[in-house]
Amino acid sequence: MSIRLHDVHKAFGSRVILDGISLEVADGETVAIIGYSGSGKSVLLKSIVRLLEIDSGQVIVDGLDVAALERDQLYELRRRVGYVFQFAALFDSMTVEENVAMGLRRVRGMSEDEIHARVEDSLRMVDMSGFNDRLPGQLSGGQRKRVGLARAIATRPGYLLYDEPTTGLDPVTTSMIDELILRMANELSVSGIVVTHDMKSAYRVADRIAMLYKGRIRMVGTPEEVQQSSDPVVKGFVEGRPDLVNEAEA
Amino acid sequence: MNSSWIAPVARVGRTAIGTAAAFGRFASFLSSTTRALSDAGTWARVLAMHMARLGVESLPIALFIAAFTGIVLSLQASYTITGMIPLYFVGVLVGKTMILELGPVLTGLALAGRVGANIAAEIGTMRVTEQIDALETLGYNPYAYLVVPRVIAGILMFPIVVAFANAVGIAGGWVSAINLLDMSTHEFVRGLRLFFDPFDVEFSLIKAASFGFAVSMIGCYYGFNTIGGAQAVGRSTTQAVVVSSMLILVLDAFWAVVLL
Repeated sequence: MSIRLHDVHKAFGSRVILDGISLEVADGETVAIIGYSGSGKSVLLKSIVRLLEIDSGQVIVDGLDVAALERDQLYELRRRVGYVFQFAALFDSMTVEENVAMGLRRVRGMSEDEIHARVEDSLRMVDMSGFNDRLPGQLSGGQRKRVGLARAIATRPGYLLYDEPTTGLDPVTTSMIDELILRMANELSVSGIVVTHDMKSAYRVADRIAMLYKGRIRMVGTPEEVQQSSDPVVKGFVEGRPDLVNEAEA
Repeated sequence: MNSSWIAPVARVGRTAIGTAAAFGRFASFLSSTTRALSDAGTWARVLAMHMARLGVESLPIALFIAAFTGIVLSLQASYTITGMIPLYFVGVLVGKTMILELGPVLTGLALAGRVGANIAAEIGTMRVTEQIDALETLGYNPYAYLVVPRVIAGILMFPIVVAFANAVGIAGGWVSAINLLDMSTHEFVRGLRLFFDPFDVEFSLIKAASFGFAVSMIGCYYGFNTIGGAQAVGRSTTQAVVVSSMLILVLDAFWAVVLL
């Protein structure tokens, strides 16, 4: 049960986004991917479940080469990978209950009662019980993200991919989302990748942090190692000091 | 060196490549949609909902247009033939014109605006807000969930809406004929039956089904390929309406050439 990226390349036209990324996420581990806006963090995350096709390299999830999977096998794999979108991506014509139940309806042999029970359980885990009949438009940003998380964990996946889960949230809600990410890792024993700009969140939820810079992994290390890094690019980013990065580039 | 001739040639080249690429994208979209037909467990579950939205909810506008078209047809026919041809030919003109041409084409154009725009805007919004990506991550084939049920609903429901529109159009013509013209119901019906051929109805419904396919498919295609934000959704919606309206007119001519 792991995610392995080996020499992954991706470009849009002449613009190289990922330039030979190699990274491994071990069983039960949470890795945060940090980096500047537009550095390819979300592209990397989408490549893992083949929402975007990579140009070359390998993405191995659960021992399967994602690029080589037939469409049915790919959908089967995706059901084992929960994906939490930056803006939740809830289906706005459906209620919270229907949103969370969507993935469960693809699971063979689940009765309506079982689906309802699982929805209740998933909503309880993200502290959203009682919101079943609300529409996404009736929820706040933080609530939408929590419902997005409930939808991602409803099928009890082995992996969770978070695309900027705390962007645009106030500090208290950010802290709640971080808490939820930690709970998912502990209670469901999932391996996770968290794409974020928020260093406080990264330090809190990650076992390891990888920094993406100019299409490559600049550094991988524990939160402590990243905090103590002497690399001016890493130091400049985590401390919010562009002067260090500019000096390193000069 | 004088290179002024290069610019227009390059422009033609770019346009040709762009057109070929657009056809390629549409062919690929069509192929993915056709493959998704086998995933009946996904599309069958939402088909009835789309049939209701696309068909039942489109009836009021289609019938409104048809009723007034029938009234105007009847009056214009009478105005044109008075004194030269027996008045019961008003029934012939209203019946033939509504069934063969105006019923399907006007309904098709109205539904291109209503249904095509709705589909493109809805799917386009789902694209830019990552809802289509979310569907994929939940194990759904988005072609099976979003495109196939809408296209099938279009193919099935357009003929039904057109059948009602034809009937209401003819009824509108009859009401105006007996109230505003010096005609009896008997005369109107006599004209209606004079050159009636059951194939006319088949022709009308075949056209309507092809319009339903074109409008829903084009709406889905533009929605699916929306890139950007709100402005892009607006652009996709406009393109869907313009292209499907043009396609309706092309198909109208095509069926006339092929079937008449």
